[in-house]
Amino acid sequence: MSTANNMESTQPIIKLADLPRQEPFVLHADDRAAIEHETHHYEDPRAATIEALKIVQHRHGWVPDGAIPAIGQVLGIPGSDVEGVATFYNLIFRRPVGRHVIKVCDSVSCFLTGYDDVKKAFSAKLGVELGQTTPDGRFTLLPICCLGACDKGPVLMIDQDTHFDVAPDHIDQLLEQYK
Amino acid sequence: MSALPYAPHPDGDRKPLTYRVNLASPPDLKAYEAQDGYAALHKVVKEAPAEVTKAVKDANLRGRGGAGFPTGVKWGLVPMGADAPKNKYIVCNADEMEPGTFKDRLLMEGLPHQLVESMIVSGYAIQATRGYIFLRGEYVVAAERLNKAVAEAKAAGYLGQNILGSGWNFELFVHTGAGRYICGEETALINSLEGRRANPRAKPPFPQIAGLWGKPTVVNNVETLSNVPHIVLRGGAWFQGLSQGKSKDAGTKLYGISGRAKKTGCWELPFGTSAREILEEHAGGMKDGLKLKCWLPGGASTDFLMPEHLDLAMDFDTIAKAGSRMGTGLLTVVDDKQNIVSVVRNLEEFFARESCGWCTPCRDGLPWTEKLLYALEQGQGREGDIQTLEQLTHFLGPGKTFCAHAPGAMEPLQSALKYFRAEFEAGIAKAPAQAAA
Ligand SMILES: Cc1cc2nc3c(=O)[nH]c(=O)nc-3n(C[C@H](O)[C@H](O)[C@H](O)COP(=O)(O)O)c2cc1C
Ligand code: SF4
Ligand code: FES
Repeated sequence: MSTANNMESTQPIIKLADLPRQEPFVLHADDRAAIEHETHHYEDPRAATIEALKIVQHRHGWVPDGAIPAIGQVLGIPGSDVEGVATFYNLIFRRPVGRHVIKVCDSVSCFLTGYDDVKKAFSAKLGVELGQTTPDGRFTLLPICCLGACDKGPVLMIDQDTHFDVAPDHIDQLLEQYK
Repeated sequence: MSALPYAPHPDGDRKPLTYRVNLASPPDLKAYEAQDGYAALHKVVKEAPAEVTKAVKDANLRGRGGAGFPTGVKWGLVPMGADAPKNKYIVCNADEMEPGTFKDRLLMEGLPHQLVESMIVSGYAIQATRGYIFLRGEYVVAAERLNKAVAEAKAAGYLGQNILGSGWNFELFVHTGAGRYICGEETALINSLEGRRANPRAKPPFPQIAGLWGKPTVVNNVETLSNVPHIVLRGGAWFQGLSQGKSKDAGTKLYGISGRAKKTGCWELPFGTSAREILEEHAGGMKDGLKLKCWLPGGASTDFLMPEHLDLAMDFDTIAKAGSRMGTGLLTVVDDKQNIVSVVRNLEEFFARESCGWCTPCRDGLPWTEKLLYALEQGQGREGDIQTLEQLTHFLGPGKTFCAHAPGAMEPLQSALKYFRAEFEAGIAKAPAQAAA
């Protein structure tokens, strides 16, 4: 194995200059309008923070850095508060993810009915571990807690779709639906 | 027209919550109305709000979210009358994330109008100005169907200004979350709804006095609220009768089975049905070749019970006496092919990941617990690990942490240590034989 490969397998030192350059963030006019509309559902505009993050994520796939102060500005709260919320909730992504996000339930009932095998099959097929994205940017593989369909385990979600009674030999066919 | 405000239906008197459920295509407003839908709302708006709370108290409805708190008592703490704060809130806890629990999904996907009506009727009881259904973000189908039901109810005049000529105004919103188990804890839920990190709040003040935006707020589970229209229509005595003398708890309960049983699922049964009946009659027993090793009565945060406990009535007091909690009432069955250390490691991994990080015993103690269990699972445990785990069950137990998350996490661990100690001991690495020499 070459030294370069070894380097990759250890914790990399992140230099600012190495990070992918992000385009300056502009909040889309439709998104701004949607966020402003949401604020009317609550006594305090801050309550629309999560929805605002979801609106941005819907367009970009994740929440880019620049979106944080932009949302804060619309809601009239500090960007640091928006960041605090963005980093708390597991369905808000503060790092880029693949075009499709696979969330495999790893809670107890699915664990009892075959989670390990399903997870292993995904990792083998995609060549990634939990928390990673395939090099072609197509899939991100994540664990998720109980999806409330424990009688039909193993359960997983791909994007907004929930799949029940998943077995390792279904995986090829399943992934074909997500290009 | 009959004297009754509803049309008696054979299943309506046996399983009121689910007889109209249709998962493939839930009844729309018209279809729901044709099956007594919104009859309870028509009835209550002619009564004083206190009458509704009294009916719920008389029915002895207890919370279905896990703790079994009497619903009428909770509502009774809300300030009422002219001096009460102008804004009051009713919030439905539809966060359903307790591992092993899959009942609220059924009610929301299969009969969204029932929950919408329940929110309006319950909101009327406390004279709420607004209601929120706090729905977990992953329930995409439920969100779509609930939003449609809310829109239909609004168009029909069941929401908005001066509802059915009562002079009462009420709006209802479906709020979808973005994950994290702790959002189900009611004060964390309130923080989340306000757009903050979902850390729990100190109690008192209780939410009924100072909740959402500091205003009186009632938080109830989906299943709890879904009982209210039926109680309003048919009365407390009828509701008490639903449990058929199997329990002093009233009504029906959505029970279920997950794990490696033959026919896993969720069924509405009389409150206090025995665990054996649920497993053997409704789920058809364990899968062929498997034996029951132990079971969680109602979610990840309940103590394991053993096969000898199967004949117990699944109600709050009976299960508590056996050393566990009924919790959500959906059983997870563990079969004899499973290593208990692995199962508990899986449970604690969940709790460690979902800790909100607010208080130290939970934030640090749960990952430590998980680490010890992982080592035991790999056969790499060290002398004293089991004692450390036992200590952790005390340090993270009731009263030691800011909310019930960590004590809940300790329940399956402490019971597994009690019943299956040998399996934990087997995970301790043997000291090399000549170490001393
Ligand atoms: C960590 C934690 C998670 C909880 N999750 C839920 C949940 O997902 N759904 C729920 O209804 N109650 C949940 N609860 C219970 C709520 O705090 C609260 O007791 C319940 O919503 C009250 O409603 P009820 O009286 O109708 O049961 C949770 C409690 C804790 C401590
Ligand atoms: S016990 Fe855990 S979940 Fe509850 S407040 Fe403390 S850190 Fe948060
Ligand atoms: S444990 Fe996987 S859906 Fe509940």
